[in-house]
Amino acid sequence: MRTTFIESLSQAASENPDIWLLCGDLGYSVLEPFAAKFPDRYLNVGVAEQNMAGIAAGIALSGKTVFIYSIGNFPTLRCLEQLRNDVCYHGADVKIVAVGAGYAYGSQGYTHHALEDAGIMSMLPGIEVFVPCDPMEVRAATRLIAGSSKPSYLRLSRQGEPNLGAAVTDLRKPRILREGRDVVILASGPIASRAVEAAGELGRRGRDVGVVSVSCLKPLDEAAIRDAVRGASLVVTLEEHILRGGLFSLVAGAFAGDAKRPQVTGIGIPEQGGKTSSAGSREALLDAAGLSVQAIVARIEQSLPTR
Amino acid sequence: MVHAAKASHIGGCLSMADILAVLYTRILRLDAADPQAASRDRFVLSKGHATAIMYATLAECGFFPLAELDTYCRDGSIFTGHVSHAVPGVEVSTGSLGHGLPIAIGMALAARSAGAGSRVFCLLSDGECDEGSNWEGILFAPHHKLDNLCVIVDFNKIQSFGSVAEVLNLDPFAEKWKAFGWHVEEIDGHDVTALERVLGGVPSPSGRPTVVIAHTVKGKGVSFMENKLEWHYRSPSDELLAQALAEVGA
Repeated sequence: MRTTFIESLSQAASENPDIWLLCGDLGYSVLEPFAAKFPDRYLNVGVAEQNMAGIAAGIALSGKTVFIYSIGNFPTLRCLEQLRNDVCYHGADVKIVAVGAGYAYGSQGYTHHALEDAGIMSMLPGIEVFVPCDPMEVRAATRLIAGSSKPSYLRLSRQGEPNLGAAVTDLRKPRILREGRDVVILASGPIASRAVEAAGELGRRGRDVGVVSVSCLKPLDEAAIRDAVRGASLVVTLEEHILRGGLFSLVAGAFAGDAKRPQVTGIGIPEQGGKTSSAGSREALLDAAGLSVQAIVARIEQSLPTR
Repeated sequence: MVHAAKASHIGGCLSMADILAVLYTRILRLDAADPQAASRDRFVLSKGHATAIMYATLAECGFFPLAELDTYCRDGSIFTGHVSHAVPGVEVSTGSLGHGLPIAIGMALAARSAGAGSRVFCLLSDGECDEGSNWEGILFAPHHKLDNLCVIVDFNKIQSFGSVAEVLNLDPFAEKWKAFGWHVEEIDGHDVTALERVLGGVPSPSGRPTVVIAHTVKGKGVSFMENKLEWHYRSPSDELLAQALAEVGA
């Protein structure tokens, strides 16, 4: 995902001389091609995210499009007030790009796990939030935000994620990864691959389960999501994020005012307060958090209305 | 304005009045008829609470009619109690301290890239120098040789809940900036000749960013306000307003 991002950004920067990239002293083996190609529009500001966000706002308010890049919580939570006041309140054309979504940094530990970022970014005024599930969506998202003229948040995982579906036609709309009408799993981010596996297993057990990638969390295309789940007896949300403020909250909130609304089961990462985090690969940590394919299958079977 | 709106922060407004007067009449290349001109100098007020004096300065410079100041802090007014970029001539909204300098640095980088010769001036309060984000910027600007950037510190020695010396001492202040690599000017912030000299020296021939440590008096010009913490908060009564206006010769 990181490589796809920087390739897409470099292409956008070739076409638009106003695109800048700042990083907070992170991006080794990722950002070098951009830095080499556009040395006048690339800056490593040092380990100083508040300064980075404010600088980005100042450059953007001078007519540029500024990407800021770092790991998970650093360009988001560390400089949250700068994003709220300096970037979003001024409508500054700043794109926050975080790598290491969810448990992507695995054994690096809790400080490097981004578990609340998408929800917190979604609360900021006027920002658009993208959580792509595969490299194709990363490419589409990078292109989209490079030209949107709006504050944006792009949540990336790390590397090696497979493409999960057909070409992206409209990133703002839900993208069908697997057809199915009885149960529809709405997934955001690379965890969608586990949704596809779980749907396959449920299919073998006689259930017709669809999987839809929701990569644009804000603005959430509520009408398109209603269309995507129409007729389903159960809607499941799956995210590598806590439930509060993430995809589940957004989808459940969208349906809350509907007279006839589907049952929504949210599957995400439990909140971690006061409990230490174990070492482990992303896959092991997801399994331990109750997001193994088997656990997802079990949760869905438990939630299904009895036939 | 502060009296009519029963607002606050008059002490920190008066300490920087001379600084704004020199900036807006002698230094900044701005056009009130075209406040968004790309080649303009930028002024970032980081001590966004000192806003009455900012709005008054802009009105005096023709960015909008003086009469509009009567709406200050009133329902529906664009003139909020912390500085707002809805007001013509205001570059950025601030109020939470420690935000202005990084934004000004970004503007200085963009200005240097554009090559139009724009300069960026950023006014900080002394208490605001407690904020770590400022020190991130103070480390950054000399490293990148941002000679088109000038920070002015309104060093009135009184912060929100006590004296700077008691709350979190900044001394030796000039030495700190020097150690970080800035071109440092230390002057009486009410000496308009000195202000014009040092502010007119930007960009510094040294190739470094400039900081002007302006020693000022909180509540300057009004005897009962000078060096009094309470005038960070109070709004003058009718009688005190009349006395203050008489003392400043308004």
